[in-house]
Amino acid sequence: MKIERDVLFIIMVSLLLMVIIPWTAGQLSEEIFFEWPFFFEVAIGGLLSGVMYSLVALGFVLIFKASGVFNFAQGAMVLFAALTLVGIHDMGVPMWLAIILALFIMVLLAIAIEKLVLRHLVNQEQIILFMATIGIAYFLDGFGQTIWGSEVKILDLGIPNEPGFYFDGKILINDFDLVAALIASVLVIALALFFQYTRIGRALRAVADDHQAALSVGIPLQHIWTIVWAVAGMVGLVAGIMWGSKLGVQFSLALIALKALPVLILGGFTSVPGAIIGGLLIGAGEKLAEVFLAPMIGGGIEDWFAYMLALAFLAFRPQGLFGEKIIERV
Amino acid sequence: MIYREAGEFKSTYQADQAILTIPQDRWFMAALLAIAFVVIPMSASEYWLGAIMLPFLVLSLAAIGLNILTGYAGQLSLGTGGFMATGAFAAYKLSTTFPDLNILLVLLFSGLITAAVGILFGIPSLRIKGFYLAVATLASQFFLIWMFNKFGWFTNYSASGVISAPPMTVFGDIYVTGTEASIEAKYLFTLSVVVLLALIAKNLVRSNIGREWRAIRDMDIAAEIIGIPMLATKLKAFAVSSFYCGIAGALWAFIYTGSVEPLAFDVNRSFQVLFMIIIGGLGSIMGSFLGAAFIILLPILLNNVPTMLGLSIPVDLISHIEFMVFGALIIFFLIVEPHGLARLWQITKEKLRLWPFPY
Repeated sequence: MKIERDVLFIIMVSLLLMVIIPWTAGQLSEEIFFEWPFFFEVAIGGLLSGVMYSLVALGFVLIFKASGVFNFAQGAMVLFAALTLVGIHDMGVPMWLAIILALFIMVLLAIAIEKLVLRHLVNQEQIILFMATIGIAYFLDGFGQTIWGSEVKILDLGIPNEPGFYFDGKILINDFDLVAALIASVLVIALALFFQYTRIGRALRAVADDHQAALSVGIPLQHIWTIVWAVAGMVGLVAGIMWGSKLGVQFSLALIALKALPVLILGGFTSVPGAIIGGLLIGAGEKLAEVFLAPMIGGGIEDWFAYMLALAFLAFRPQGLFGEKIIERV
Repeated sequence: MIYREAGEFKSTYQADQAILTIPQDRWFMAALLAIAFVVIPMSASEYWLGAIMLPFLVLSLAAIGLNILTGYAGQLSLGTGGFMATGAFAAYKLSTTFPDLNILLVLLFSGLITAAVGILFGIPSLRIKGFYLAVATLASQFFLIWMFNKFGWFTNYSASGVISAPPMTVFGDIYVTGTEASIEAKYLFTLSVVVLLALIAKNLVRSNIGREWRAIRDMDIAAEIIGIPMLATKLKAFAVSSFYCGIAGALWAFIYTGSVEPLAFDVNRSFQVLFMIIIGGLGSIMGSFLGAAFIILLPILLNNVPTMLGLSIPVDLISHIEFMVFGALIIFFLIVEPHGLARLWQITKEKLRLWPFPY
């Protein structure tokens, strides 16, 4: 992957700002506590939680890349996957089998979505497809809760969820976040290898580049869409497992889609690495702002800060950091 | 045979440019208005007026606003709720700061304030397009709601963060807000405002500025090349759209609910209005009304179906099933008619024109 020079420049500048602004805030205001180990603790915590956002954003990217559909249902898919997993596990099925069954159900779901929805909306405008995915989101939210109930469920995978001390006990990091980051990296590497070296991966890339050209060399578009939605469903399952064991499996999981959207536009709709780097930038920026800036303006800024941050980046790169350059012809 | 424009000779330009050129259309519209202004307030129950007609009218207005921005000017926005909240809080601040101000002026000024906010959040649309813009408008949604929640000044430091409309009158002594207002007065007042604004919107989109918006929607670069100023046109669309959304928000807070908290205008409200214009038809004022009626009535219908069938289902299960059916119906409608109810209406009219000799 080659990185354009101005993208690199923007990232450098933003990293610099992430250090300078908290430091200045710490110097200027009495309320704000600033010390280097504390700063790094916050920054690392932010980066790690950013990885969790990336996990959700990844599902969006996969589908947008291969079919140009802005899949608002990704959050609902995360919730549905997690609910299914916990539901199956609660019936007394061992965890490894439950995960396989949940994966299987996500594949079935992908097939159903392709057959019942997407197939009938080929060639429609993007906004119509977007609307259809919101319909899917509503349906899945209702469906999952109708079957598995709406009470908060606990998903315990045995991942340690207590703070650990690193660097001579100076920096406190949650072990769970480290594991999550590790799993996310494995997932991204696996996806990258899948896209790069398998036959299906090549077909996916071809479809992403040009639907018609792909069709004309004999790539079955409908299959590819099913596969992409299935892969997005699997990514959703992983995200559901991680978020579910962190927050408990409940309806609010569907809302993390709203957290993933700024990550998505910052990184660019069409870029897998963009989703990761976007997640890291948003995660760190959000946490740093929450700790070092929020006391000055009243707190509770996590709802919108990520969006404003993404907006600031878009002012310089309208297609996101790693998105394909938008070329318009008259 | 009866319903056709052939044989309708016009001798003036005014007649040629009328909104409804076919006599039957004019009669139909007159009858519709008569029903809305006379029959409904006389016959409808309080529940129908207060819980169905009022939100329908208010959300139709918001849908017209969003339709101007998304359907006519092509700028996808998810910030409708934020702009409605701005209108509501602007109206509240205006009416508490200047207690003698007429409610019509309060509505007008709150619309103008929202328009200014809309212009501010419309600026990114010059560089950001499509879904990137949609997500960017979510920034305004979340930021505005946070702002109204966070700063007590907007709610006059009320502890709960809820604003309540002071009693206000039109024509001297008819209360339209507050507890003394009769439901009929509220309904008629809202209806008049909505009809007037819808008429203005209809004329706006048929005029020069509406043509500019549509040119920008279809391809903004090409529009710029033929001499349409992109900056001014897009910002005008944002301004007019937020003006409508602001008034809708003010009506919602003052007349429909009477008291409101910022959460009433959260992101789900934005999606609800977006649903309305897509189900109703993008780029159609008529469609905004149809879509609003559909989205308001559907949940009420879904709510009552189990009781009508005599089934007893636990409440939370009903709400989940409602979600499911709602989502499925949305998808169904999109597949059957992606261009919305307005398009169905159009097709019906075209069929009617040929009837009974379809050739």
